[in-house]
Amino acid sequence: MVSKPHGGRLVYRVLKDSRRERILDEISELPRVDIDRDTAVDLENIAYGIYSPLTGFMVREDFESVLDLMRLSNDLPWTMPITLDVSKEDAESFEEGDQIAIYSEGTPIATMVVEDIYEYDKKNYARMVFKTEDPNHPGVARVYNKRELLVGGPIELLNHLPNQYERYTLRPIETRVVFRERGWRTIVGFQTRNAPHIGHEYIQKTSLAFVDGLFINPVIGRKKPGDFRDEVILKAYETLIANYYPKKSVVLSIVRYEMKYAGPREAIHHAIMRKNFGCTHFIVGRDHAGVGNYYGPYEAQEIFNEFPDLGITPLFFREFFYCRRCGGIVHEKICPHDENVRLRFSGTMIRRHIMEGKAPPEEVIRPEVAETILSFEKPFVE
Amino acid sequence: MSEKKPSGKYTTVSIPRTLYTRIQKLIEGKGFKSVSDYVTYVLREVVAMHESEVQEEPFTKEDLEEIKKRLRALGYI
Repeated sequence: MVSKPHGGRLVYRVLKDSRRERILDEISELPRVDIDRDTAVDLENIAYGIYSPLTGFMVREDFESVLDLMRLSNDLPWTMPITLDVSKEDAESFEEGDQIAIYSEGTPIATMVVEDIYEYDKKNYARMVFKTEDPNHPGVARVYNKRELLVGGPIELLNHLPNQYERYTLRPIETRVVFRERGWRTIVGFQTRNAPHIGHEYIQKTSLAFVDGLFINPVIGRKKPGDFRDEVILKAYETLIANYYPKKSVVLSIVRYEMKYAGPREAIHHAIMRKNFGCTHFIVGRDHAGVGNYYGPYEAQEIFNEFPDLGITPLFFREFFYCRRCGGIVHEKICPHDENVRLRFSGTMIRRHIMEGKAPPEEVIRPEVAETILSFEKPFVE
Repeated sequence: MSEKKPSGKYTTVSIPRTLYTRIQKLIEGKGFKSVSDYVTYVLREVVAMHESEVQEEPFTKEDLEEIKKRLRALGYI
């Protein structure tokens, strides 16, 4: 049986038909709050149950409980604050109990019933979640850019955000149906932001050996220069699956999500998201959701010890590499040889080859995958 | 059964002294900071197991048919 949603019930807060139309007709009468892209993506994820059991942005009790205890106020594991920030001027136009309209890029996307308006300490938020107050940390910088107040309460989605990859987008109710229809009882989730190299393939296949199905779930979101473009990642995965995977054992679909780079805390959050998609297992590699040197290489694995009640089983992996003496793909637990016979799957090396219009070595990336990547004029974000 | 709602982040429950001592010995060198830590860990595991026996989904049969239609069109099922 696929995993139960976090908290026992899959949230679905998407308005349809006449109720949606009625609210849209009256939307201009409601106090208006404009939100940034990150918050809009979080809102959509709440509405589709990817963040179950959240039904809206966090009220103070949950926010503080998440910061202090890494749990919601009802004791469920939850490590990342999901918040809606507003300015003091915004907050003057409504009070607790009011319904407000939420806009993204000029379009009304949701309504929210305001349950709580509260102040918060940005440095404490940063320290508790990111373990640093350093403004150079991208997640911390985003916290420092938030507006002065937080507003909590349940939301209802009126309009989707524009989605270039709708064809690749499955929501939790859909993945759950896919997994059930395929007869899968155990499913391992794999999160990625990269085109696949052979190290990724071995991690996925090693995991797949123990479960019924593999759910490859690329994160589509903001990218930095030098990252693979989203379209390249998807096409590269399609090529890999078509040539090297048993197709009946794999589902590829995206999730829209903005990385927070909170390392260990975010690894738990990613696991909860995949639990809501129906996964029973989740792959956690080296430095999951990390950035720079803010977290230890395996801190994102160690944190799982604190959550016996998470409801999804993490699968921990060390780094895979090609060993010339072993003559295959191995990792440090099973390979006794020296570093000089090991070929690491370095992103920098792969990027260099691609930039020069050459395929990386076959021990690093499948030739068909390399060919797919090279077929793009501009495979990287500029 | 009516119990007063606890306030603050932590509250106290009672366990037999003999069990307390037994747990104290059990957790020596196992990474738990205290008996309370251990009891919290175990209780969360048990509570989660019982809660997972209940599941509701907010979808009608018609919704499900619509979902399957899309999934078939996309080649997922």
